[in-house]
Amino acid sequence: MSDVLAEISNLQISFKDENGVLRPAVRNLSLTLGREKLGIVGESGSGKSLTGRALVGVLPSGAHVSADRLVFDGVDLQKCSSKERRHLRGNRMGMILQDPKYSLNPIMPVGKQIIEALRVSKKMSKAKARDAVYQILEAVQIRDVQRVFKLYPHEVSGGMAQRIMIAMMLVREPDLLIADEPTSALDVTVQLSVLEILETLVEKRNMGLILISHDLGLVNHFCDRVLVMYAGRVVEELQANKLYEAKHPYTQGLLNCMPSINGSLGPLPVLDRDPNWLN
Amino acid sequence: MSTKMINIKDLCVWFGEGQQRTQVLKNINLQIARGESFGLVGESGSGKSTILRTAMGLVEDYSGEISIDGINTRTGDYKALIRCAQMLFQDPYASLHPRFTVGQAITEVMKINAIDNHQQKMVDLLLSIGLTAEHQYRYPHELSGGQRQRVALARSLALEPDVLLLDEPTSALDASIQAEMLNLLNKLKQSLGLTYIIVSHDIAVVSYMCDRFAVMSQGKVVEILSREQLRSGDIQCEYTQKLIAASEY
Ligand SMILES: Nc1ncnc2c1ncn2[C@@H]1O[C@H](COP(=O)(O)OP(=O)(O)OP(=O)(O)O)[C@@H](O)[C@H]1O
Ligand SMILES: Nc1ncnc2c1ncn2[C@@H]1O[C@H](COP(=O)(O)OP(=O)(O)OP(=O)(O)O)[C@@H](O)[C@H]1O
Ligand SMILES: [Mg+2]
Ligand SMILES: [Mg+2]
Repeated sequence: MSDVLAEISNLQISFKDENGVLRPAVRNLSLTLGREKLGIVGESGSGKSLTGRALVGVLPSGAHVSADRLVFDGVDLQKCSSKERRHLRGNRMGMILQDPKYSLNPIMPVGKQIIEALRVSKKMSKAKARDAVYQILEAVQIRDVQRVFKLYPHEVSGGMAQRIMIAMMLVREPDLLIADEPTSALDVTVQLSVLEILETLVEKRNMGLILISHDLGLVNHFCDRVLVMYAGRVVEELQANKLYEAKHPYTQGLLNCMPSINGSLGPLPVLDRDPNWLN
Repeated sequence: MSTKMINIKDLCVWFGEGQQRTQVLKNINLQIARGESFGLVGESGSGKSTILRTAMGLVEDYSGEISIDGINTRTGDYKALIRCAQMLFQDPYASLHPRFTVGQAITEVMKINAIDNHQQKMVDLLLSIGLTAEHQYRYPHELSGGQRQRVALARSLALEPDVLLLDEPTSALDASIQAEMLNLLNKLKQSLGLTYIIVSHDIAVVSYMCDRFAVMSQGKVVEILSREQLRSGDIQCEYTQKLIAASEY
């Protein structure tokens, strides 16, 4: 086991626009991940999800991608066959996609989907697996687990779907987990207990976690390190507990835009996006 | 004409059939005034989305009564109801047809509603949500999560409704774009007198946007608070206290 779990160097991702011209969505992105909790924050559309998807190998079909290095635990991902990548994805790497309902199988009850995830890695009997699923659903604070077990994805609430996705990834115990806005639909009390479970697993398994989130308070609290993205680039890297001392005007602006419980009711400050940020 | 824009009386909702039939909403009563912004907060799975969906006529198994601008959800004119009220779904994919481009998704609803000059209005809407005219050619799956959420918002604004039921409208947005969207919603409300129900798990957003809000837990409204009560800490219910304490980290 090395200290570097994943490494991306000079990642570029582009798409053709309606006139067939290639438009970059991620540019010159480099990052190194140890056995740590790395937060990625940044503007909507800045390339956070694409970066995560490039690492686990689930980019959308029209994506043009290149990188100097794309390495997971010593394995050069660009040299892997698609079979090898699929195998990594099912075992050592996992990703919780941003739209949970969209990534669950719409025609299979959610309990069965977690059982499948569980039995891939643990080879246990059906009855045992079902009990394990009840337990993990309870752990993510889902009430009435026997009812929920039988529901289809369109029959669970937004926050329940997120917790089901988290449960499915956690039972696999990957070495690297990329969680794309995993708790954006959860009320704070449930969010805290879900994060605690993640935290325990990160420590127990000594795994690496990339947490993509727009929730600055959460990242500040939960992560070790943060990357700030803007327009396809990393514009700042910080220790998570120093997030509020950010130097880049984009990050500072972001911190200013947040409403607060006791704040003014006038229009919220908005960012003045400086074209120089792109240099 | 009632002064209340939205009236929810003794609403109970069930899902499932036979042995499986489960009650998920229990005796919900909410009266929301014309031009008010009303918040819904509370536990995940407590029934917030279900209230909105039932108000839009998307749920069948319910008792009690709901009316929006005097139109009864069960017995009233459905076309008039959706002209008056639009819902932004929590899952943006649910608001957007997968085979319609962004431009089509927005102009289509305008055509149905005989709103003219739709091409120009569509582009204006895209600009107002921080996208560009070029985004009209994209399909929903070719957008980022937050872009998709904004397009779904633009689509619900395209019908120029009087009432907007917004289910977690900024949950996929970073603080800067969220601020722009909230400012836009407030501006529309001031100029057009819109009425909002806003579901959010973010108490700060609710405190900023909403005059009053209901706190939900396990299918029930446990407390209704005004912004003043929230801000002065005049809170009775233990669950609400816990929720607010946890928001302050
Ligand atoms: N399939 C695609 N075709 C064309 N453009 C795409 C496609 N997928 C993503 N993009 C574009 O790439 C950019 C980055 O997308 P990405 O999903 O990584 O953003 P993000 O940082 O995750 O944003 P959000 O916070 O809104 O989820 C966006 O501008 C998006 O529109
Ligand atoms: N079509 C359905 N069939 C069966 N049960 C359903 C259906 N729709 C919703 N439910 C159940 O109703 C309850 C309330 O769901 P709802 O989506 O209203 O919660 P919510 O408060 O919006 O939660 P969240 O904050 O997580 O989005 C949940 O237990 C859910 O499983
Ligand atoms: Mg994203
Ligand atoms: Mg909901």
